[in-house]
Amino acid sequence: MQHIVIIGNGISGVTAARHIRKLSDYKITIISAETDYFFSRTALMYVYMGHMKFEHTQAYENWFWKKNNIDLKKGFVQTVNHNSKELLFSTGEKMSYDKLIFAVGSKPNKFGWPGQDLEGVQGLYSKQDLDTLEQHTPNNKICKRAVIVGGGLIGIELAEMLRSRNIPVTFLIREESFWDVVLPEGESEMINQHIKKHHIDLKLGLNLKEILSDENGKARAVVIEETGEEIPCNFVGLTAGVSPNISFLKDSGIELGKGIKVNRFLETNIKDIYAIGDCAEQIEPIRNRRPIEAVWYTGRMMGETLAQTICGNRLKYKPGIWFNSAKFLDIEYQTYGWVHGKVGRPEYEAHFHWKHQDNTKCITLAYHKETKEFLGINTFGIRMRHEVFNSWLSEKQDVEYVINHLAEANFDPEFFKKYETEIRKVFSNKPLTVS
Amino acid sequence: MSTSNQQSYAISNPHSIGLDAIQKAGMLLALTGVAILFVAWFGIHVPKPEWFLAASLGMMVLGVFIYSRRTYLIHPEGIKNNHVWFNSLSNRGVLGWFLAIILTGFYILLYWYPHVLGYQSGENGVNQGLIALFDPLSIFFKGTHASQWFVYGTLYTVLIITLGIKFIYKYRHNRYQVIRTLVVMISQTFLAYLIPEILAGLNYNDTTNSQGEYLGWYDTDLKNTWPLDYDFFNSWHLDAMQVESYQPIGMFYLVWGIIFFLVLTPIITYFVGKRWYCSWVCGCGGLAETTGDAFRHLSSKKLSAWKLERWLIHGIMVFVFIMTAATLYGYFTNSSTVLGLSIYEYFQKPYGFLIGAAFSGVIGVGFYPLLGNRVWCRFGCPMAGYMGLFQRFKSRFRITTNGGQCISCGNCSTYCEMGIDVRAYAQKGENIVRSSCVGCGICSAVCPRGVLKLENDSEKGRINPTEIVLGNDVDLMKLVNKK
Repeated sequence: MQHIVIIGNGISGVTAARHIRKLSDYKITIISAETDYFFSRTALMYVYMGHMKFEHTQAYENWFWKKNNIDLKKGFVQTVNHNSKELLFSTGEKMSYDKLIFAVGSKPNKFGWPGQDLEGVQGLYSKQDLDTLEQHTPNNKICKRAVIVGGGLIGIELAEMLRSRNIPVTFLIREESFWDVVLPEGESEMINQHIKKHHIDLKLGLNLKEILSDENGKARAVVIEETGEEIPCNFVGLTAGVSPNISFLKDSGIELGKGIKVNRFLETNIKDIYAIGDCAEQIEPIRNRRPIEAVWYTGRMMGETLAQTICGNRLKYKPGIWFNSAKFLDIEYQTYGWVHGKVGRPEYEAHFHWKHQDNTKCITLAYHKETKEFLGINTFGIRMRHEVFNSWLSEKQDVEYVINHLAEANFDPEFFKKYETEIRKVFSNKPLTVS
Repeated sequence: MSTSNQQSYAISNPHSIGLDAIQKAGMLLALTGVAILFVAWFGIHVPKPEWFLAASLGMMVLGVFIYSRRTYLIHPEGIKNNHVWFNSLSNRGVLGWFLAIILTGFYILLYWYPHVLGYQSGENGVNQGLIALFDPLSIFFKGTHASQWFVYGTLYTVLIITLGIKFIYKYRHNRYQVIRTLVVMISQTFLAYLIPEILAGLNYNDTTNSQGEYLGWYDTDLKNTWPLDYDFFNSWHLDAMQVESYQPIGMFYLVWGIIFFLVLTPIITYFVGKRWYCSWVCGCGGLAETTGDAFRHLSSKKLSAWKLERWLIHGIMVFVFIMTAATLYGYFTNSSTVLGLSIYEYFQKPYGFLIGAAFSGVIGVGFYPLLGNRVWCRFGCPMAGYMGLFQRFKSRFRITTNGGQCISCGNCSTYCEMGIDVRAYAQKGENIVRSSCVGCGICSAVCPRGVLKLENDSEKGRINPTEIVLGNDVDLMKLVNKK
């Protein structure tokens, strides 16, 4: 019987394992050095905030794995020998495989800042990160101020977490406005204000120069590049993105770029070795998607696809229409199709933007300047139906159709105030080509 | 190691951010109101009970009002579950156990030892202690001294109103929650409390005639229907509804009671699910949603709990059907036995003791801080079981899952008071169609990615098991999901 070994028990690896099990009787082993069981990485924040206990982030009860005959192995794989098809663990133990799947995820970026490895300086990705965060920032007596460096999705979550314990937070962001590489201006500005409303000291357009140490090798302050200002703090969160967690594969013979290079079948250059999720880097770009997509949903989709290939139905990874979601403090965000911020915005992409006066709800519709084809939507504070947008985007509806049928896409709870009429009014009063 | 993952038995919160002066003042005021009840109970003679009662209830309402405003309004609108699992009260810590013991003790006294609370414990059957404190209010409504049930009903209503206000502040951004909670508070206040007391006051119920003959009592809470109201068909109850001087009200309640469960309940449940009852008007549900909100996350989400649930709730439903059939047989044949068994000893008494009192009251509410706020509704209530059958097999209600947006975080499952593993469905892109769902809407509220929506829609496609979630290769989805 074939032995399928999956390194990494995150969403990609576990999805692959589940689907392989549905399709086959292969022996399946999932290896993780992080935790005994699969948990939802995106939910770690809620453990710190006290919304959930860690076990609540585990989507399957512990008996699930045995019942489905999926072996779990806790251990750290140090080297991969693809000639003998063998894995060597840090303990010296060995394990052989017939097919190997890397689903090893990411690690937080560090850009060589002086002091980046001091105690009390960390990213937020793993369960271990959560544990050290708990140690360094149990309350506002031990952590009198925290500085977060890098304004993306994890940065704002970390800020929310620390604020839940009344810890003063300085949020240092390189860009002129929050996440404006991705979000159009109006949305980004709305989130800026929402961040400030939560008493987070938002510092825009500033870079970290260095992190200063106290006599015990613990972070005591950060210095800002542009102003030279020194901000005393007890904790520094580095949230300037993540990159594939692949340093252990350096000399393995597996082709690496930023991530593990894979073709459209998620195969690496070595036979019977595959990579999925955050750590996979597409050699051949898929439409206008980035070669590495460190996103929950894409990890899951790669897992679903690769299971087919492993079980004899060799299939290209062909993700459907782009979608994503996040929550910025109290404001939910969903996106379907493509709406560009500052970066990578094609010249033909025009925007229609509507914002509610209370500054917690807005939408941006992207459409083609000439053809008026609807390209995508960002929605903040109003929930919308994935299925409806998925079909509008695949049918290539025009933007007016979307505006006129927006109510069909509404997914807010019953009795919620509806804004479609207002949005339609604003839309019809605006000449279409203005972006 | 992370301390947040460990059970805390400490009274003080390890991550305490403390209460400010206004929160403390509100809390103190409310607790003083509660303390007055204890003072009265322990037999300290209060000269003007009407003033002390008014002060006690007023302080509870005002105190919670002040506390909630301060707690929730200083933060922007949004989900407020910070520190829920650190708090001793809401995480089965010392305070949680303490409250559970007090509540359980109260119910035991209420059901089986009311004289300990002061009910007719004085000379010539005069009320004393806690019960006597409520005499003035009872006399105001209906001219008679308070019973333990009057005291219970009053406190129950006050709890739903005060903690309903707290709930509304907490979820003020969510109109479904606000409207639902207002309806819960109004149903309790009018249907369960004021109207019955007024009807008794007008001598349409619970009356002694001029010859000193007691005419009987029947349930005048419009929505407390059989089989939740398990003794509806007991002969004393049917007789009371037919007392001449209670007419036409008595007959109205008899007809209404039958139409309610036989016709209205299936029809409304078909259109909107059982939520219209369980989380909108029901008294047990009302207490669970308001007072019990702080404990909703304590329900077990294990598969084994679901298995137990299905046996228990349906077992009890069958029990109440048999008990009622025996009762009606006895009523119409004028017999006190069925198949040689005493209807009272073998049917009514065990049900009343085990289910009516021990389960729904003592465990159902007493164990809020240990097992969550819906133990009774989930494992016991025959009305919930009855409506659950319609909800599962013949209803338009479901919780829709929004395509592929679920991130398996677990907030929905954690905060499901009925212990439904909502995430198990959501992460598969599958709608949630479960007999036990009471439609409180909290899963949808706590979802950080806008994945869940309670709605009534056509029956077609309501149950939609999927293997591959929306967002992936359309051909792959077709291939796998068609199976």
